[in-house]
Amino acid sequence: MQFGIFTVGDVTTDPTTGRTPTERERIKAMLAIALKAEEVGLDVFATGEHHNPPFVPSSPTTMLGYIAARTESLILSTSTTLITTNDPVKIAEDFAMLQHVADGRVDLMMGRGNTGPVYPWFGKDIRDGIDLAVENYALLRRLWDEDVVTWKGKFRTPLQSFTSTPRPLDGVAPFVWHGSIRSPEIAEQAAYYGDGFFHNNIFWPAAHTKQMVNLYRQRYAHYGHGTPEQAIVGLGGQVFMRKRSQDAVREFRPYFDNAPVYGHGPSLEEFTSQTPLTVGSPQEVIDRTLSFRDHVGDYQRQLFLMDHAGLPLKTVLEQLDLLGEEVVPVLRKEFANLRPAGVPDAPTHQARVAAAQETTKEGRTA
Amino acid sequence: MKLIVVSAGLSSPSATRLLADRLAAATLGHVDAELEVIELRDLATDIAQHFVTGFPSARLAAALDGVAAADGLITVTPVFAASYSGLFKSFFDVIDKDALTGKPVLLGATGGTARHSLVTEHAMRPLFTHLRALVLPTAVYAASEDWGEEGLAQRIARAGAELAHFLTPAARGTTPDVDTAAAIAPRSLTGAITSVDPQDGFDVVPFAQRLAALRV
Repeated sequence: MQFGIFTVGDVTTDPTTGRTPTERERIKAMLAIALKAEEVGLDVFATGEHHNPPFVPSSPTTMLGYIAARTESLILSTSTTLITTNDPVKIAEDFAMLQHVADGRVDLMMGRGNTGPVYPWFGKDIRDGIDLAVENYALLRRLWDEDVVTWKGKFRTPLQSFTSTPRPLDGVAPFVWHGSIRSPEIAEQAAYYGDGFFHNNIFWPAAHTKQMVNLYRQRYAHYGHGTPEQAIVGLGGQVFMRKRSQDAVREFRPYFDNAPVYGHGPSLEEFTSQTPLTVGSPQEVIDRTLSFRDHVGDYQRQLFLMDHAGLPLKTVLEQLDLLGEEVVPVLRKEFANLRPAGVPDAPTHQARVAAAQETTKEGRTA
Repeated sequence: MKLIVVSAGLSSPSATRLLADRLAAATLGHVDAELEVIELRDLATDIAQHFVTGFPSARLAAALDGVAAADGLITVTPVFAASYSGLFKSFFDVIDKDALTGKPVLLGATGGTARHSLVTEHAMRPLFTHLRALVLPTAVYAASEDWGEEGLAQRIARAGAELAHFLTPAARGTTPDVDTAAAIAPRSLTGAITSVDPQDGFDVVPFAQRLAALRV
């Protein structure tokens, strides 16, 4: 199982000091957080993609390319890459390029964006949202899986004998997750292709996450990729920890109460009881995270949102120390012990290359 | 058969609740149904939090599911600033967009003066038409002075009989048309998320069908 962090990349005022970081500070903080993730032994760093203030990460492969050069083992990913408004040709090329730069330590997560206005900024219409996700992804797959593509569709100019460059590293495209919160269509899409399904999970009651993951697992089996238990599932989650539970609650409360996404609604206590947000000791985070598998089954990737609600960089780095030293090692062991045989490991480039070679070999003997 | 009353009265005792109870009694005089009353006052905080968090508390989800599963509704609001109250509207703002489709709904409102009598027509009726409910022709407005007047009782009786008529399966006629049948089938996740059992909660279009639809 892989453990990592994902960031939205929001510039948020620290409610305890009233200070708002500059864009440069926030971008540098995101890079520092990514490097720290590897240092503390996490497996994955994923960045969001946004094109509107107060968010800064508009160019994920630029950022991930820098991180690739400064890390050895960290898998670089996205949360999410906009399959609706980005040209699939550009996604194919950007991420194949990143694969080569990062020696294969790349995967990505498809998403449709969090705001309607992003569609017209890129010449698209939000009413086509699902159709764009469907057509663009179908093209993206072909651009990666076939060397020469002739294609015609509804939303972009046709392609004739086109080769996207560079070709995927070792002839194996980056693994794709499909991120969705509430659209069963996306769970269906992930299942159809046998791709991974990531439920952001962070603002949603467990019953809802369970519904969506169940649907994906059933449809994954329906399309013949394996049993429902073999489907590739990722979950989000968000935590704030201190050694002592009451210190965590006391320190995080002003951030929670004022956060653009949480604040001015339910109390911290109500929200933590209804959603995966966990504010407490490392042990409480361990217990809560282990309980996710009761809802969705054994899964492959757990990403935590750590740099939220305007927390200063120093605090986030302390949080990552706790996560890497006290939480993840226990989770790795516990999840591994609980996992039945036959549940697949999280996908890596090496494993996928090996599997592809195996398939080719079988083809030759047959 | 299930009849649900949604009452947005705020005081206790409440004239709005009183009207709601009279309408329910008038309906149940003609038809045998299980009655449940939802007092929105008890859900006020849950409704506000739903706006902020995007999902309902378990208690609110149960109420929303109850309404979606009911065979008929009686909705009653006090008049605030010449319209339904904000709390009343907020409840129907967070309900699944298909929850009321084809469902018979009886409208009632209460106010301090008769000058707002048409609030059922210019405010409530368009709201429920938008939600594709079967809004009954007779709506009942009760001003303070109506409680002592002739006429209110007759209007309540007529409205209750209308609702009872549309609650009985024979009166509801034959099978609903395709759109209505789809809309009143087990719920999709496109609207408010509720506690409906996941196993039959989805209606998935097979992916190949989506792909095929795009091929030009």
